[in-house]
Amino acid sequence: MSVTASAGSRPVALEGRRRRRPRLGDLWIALLFLLPNLAGFLVFTAGPVVVSLINSFTDRTLLRQDWQWVGFRNYTDMAADPLFWIFLVNTVYFFIGLPIAMAGSLFLATLLHQKIKGVILFRTLLYLPSFTAGVAIMLLWKQLLNPEFGLINNGLGVLGVPKADWPQWLNSTKNLLALHPERLAFDAAQWGIGARDALMLMGIWTGIGGGNMLLYLAALSNVPEELGEAAALDGASGWATFRHVTWPQLAPTTFFILIMSFIGGFQGGFDQARVMTGGGPVNTTTTLAYHIYVKAFEQFQIGYASAVSWALFAIVFAVTVINWKFGNKEDLVS
Amino acid sequence: MKLRPWQKWLIYTILIIISIGTLLPFFWMVFTSFKPESEVKLLNPIPQNWNPQNYAAVSVEAPFFGRYYLNSVFVAAWVTFLTVFTSAMAGFAFARLRWPGRDALFTLYLATMMIPGVVTMIPNFQIMVNLRLLDSYAGLIVPAAFSAFGTFMIRQFMLTIPRALDEASVIDGASAWKVFIDVIMPLARPGLITLAIFTFLGNYGSFFWPLVMVKSEAMRTLPIGLMAFDSEYNKATHLMMAAAVMSLLPPMLLFLVGQKYLVKGIQLGAVKG
Repeated sequence: MSVTASAGSRPVALEGRRRRRPRLGDLWIALLFLLPNLAGFLVFTAGPVVVSLINSFTDRTLLRQDWQWVGFRNYTDMAADPLFWIFLVNTVYFFIGLPIAMAGSLFLATLLHQKIKGVILFRTLLYLPSFTAGVAIMLLWKQLLNPEFGLINNGLGVLGVPKADWPQWLNSTKNLLALHPERLAFDAAQWGIGARDALMLMGIWTGIGGGNMLLYLAALSNVPEELGEAAALDGASGWATFRHVTWPQLAPTTFFILIMSFIGGFQGGFDQARVMTGGGPVNTTTTLAYHIYVKAFEQFQIGYASAVSWALFAIVFAVTVINWKFGNKEDLVS
Repeated sequence: MKLRPWQKWLIYTILIIISIGTLLPFFWMVFTSFKPESEVKLLNPIPQNWNPQNYAAVSVEAPFFGRYYLNSVFVAAWVTFLTVFTSAMAGFAFARLRWPGRDALFTLYLATMMIPGVVTMIPNFQIMVNLRLLDSYAGLIVPAAFSAFGTFMIRQFMLTIPRALDEASVIDGASAWKVFIDVIMPLARPGLITLAIFTFLGNYGSFFWPLVMVKSEAMRTLPIGLMAFDSEYNKATHLMMAAAVMSLLPPMLLFLVGQKYLVKGIQLGAVKG
């Protein structure tokens, strides 16, 4: 490769103990290494970010070549559309599952951290859902959630839940917060278990033994053992030791998982909606990501869809900044 | 801390109960895939008559099923190769070379990891339309072959390799390229393998991009094919499950082989550099 010849003629500026000022020539060598990645980065990430922002101020569609500037109209249309706010609420609704999922991951990690035999076997089994996650698993869950023949409701039947009380899962607009499906309002008749909860249950099943548990497991093995032993000698109970010794030590990991979950959660829900629910019933499982897809690739309104995607980015950004501000950032850096 | 026997048994009991909950859907999937159609809606979990012909019937109902398989593996293999290659080179530049603007560019890379995929997806689609790459392998592979996350991960990994090693070869007169190939790449192998497994698994299951790129039946990847199978043969649950089982075999095999790397890689991703 030509890189060899051009880079080989003189000593290179490797990062090292003997620091000297970087020279312009070093930049050329570095650029040769960067080039394949940087080209892709510019064409498929950085460039599109700019184009997307421009699109959001136009009435561009996938159907016509010509387009016009419309200023902030896409953004004002979006803010005036009650559906946008309903979809935002739908997206946020799924965060109800987050504390359960995180507590579950931590609980499993605590169990697997104990000195018992067979830890690797259990870790493998528990990790299975998260690495097989995808369309196949969603189609499987669609069957499991079938109100009449599905494994879940029949499991409830075995446990003695009468058939009249079986949740209708993906067919129902009911939800744990009693949200009205078509308005931003509460409606007592909507209280119960429905499609959103079904997707949340699937999400917990998929994620609980996955990456977050492994992160907690790694963090637990970094907690100095003497700390726990000292607390035990002082007569602290298992729970008190966990609460006052282990939990604070896990704070950086908890903070990291929380931020990543928020970033992922706001962008989430697309695959499930497309594969399992079509966004329904009555839009209840339409998240912002699915809304953007429908606008762009089914209704071809690129300008409007881009505006919604920037609103989504703004939300993700704001939430991350707030987290960063109120979370203990030394935790994360140290 | 030493566990008392009853504590051990309690932990095992909880772990076994949770594992059963984790595995039950998989067992249901496998058993259903062997049921004859008449038994699908019966509650007996284990088939009374085993019907392995379901697996052959999948490709009768969906003649392109084998093609979906090949498409998925072909696309994921190329994306994996290109991603590892481009990430390793860029990771080396960020971790091992000194040049003006390095830290600023790296921050830019990190910042873009926070931008939702849907923001860049529409312009990327427009690019593919303009290049007339819709419904082509190149259109599925090329945009997925550059990863800011991969670059970040490889950089983190390369930072853990002792500096004395490449300094020694520079003193011996080695070029940057030689240091990269002969010193850093062999030592970075665990990191590269981890990234390769991640990338392959991620791309094999990728849904959004193929969904908007693929137009013809022959170009479908497995996730797109499975979804189409579900909407077109909605009633044939047993065949659906056979197709799902077949689609999960490659990632499961890969996982069993590469589990060690995966676990390490996830834990490495969270370490700030």
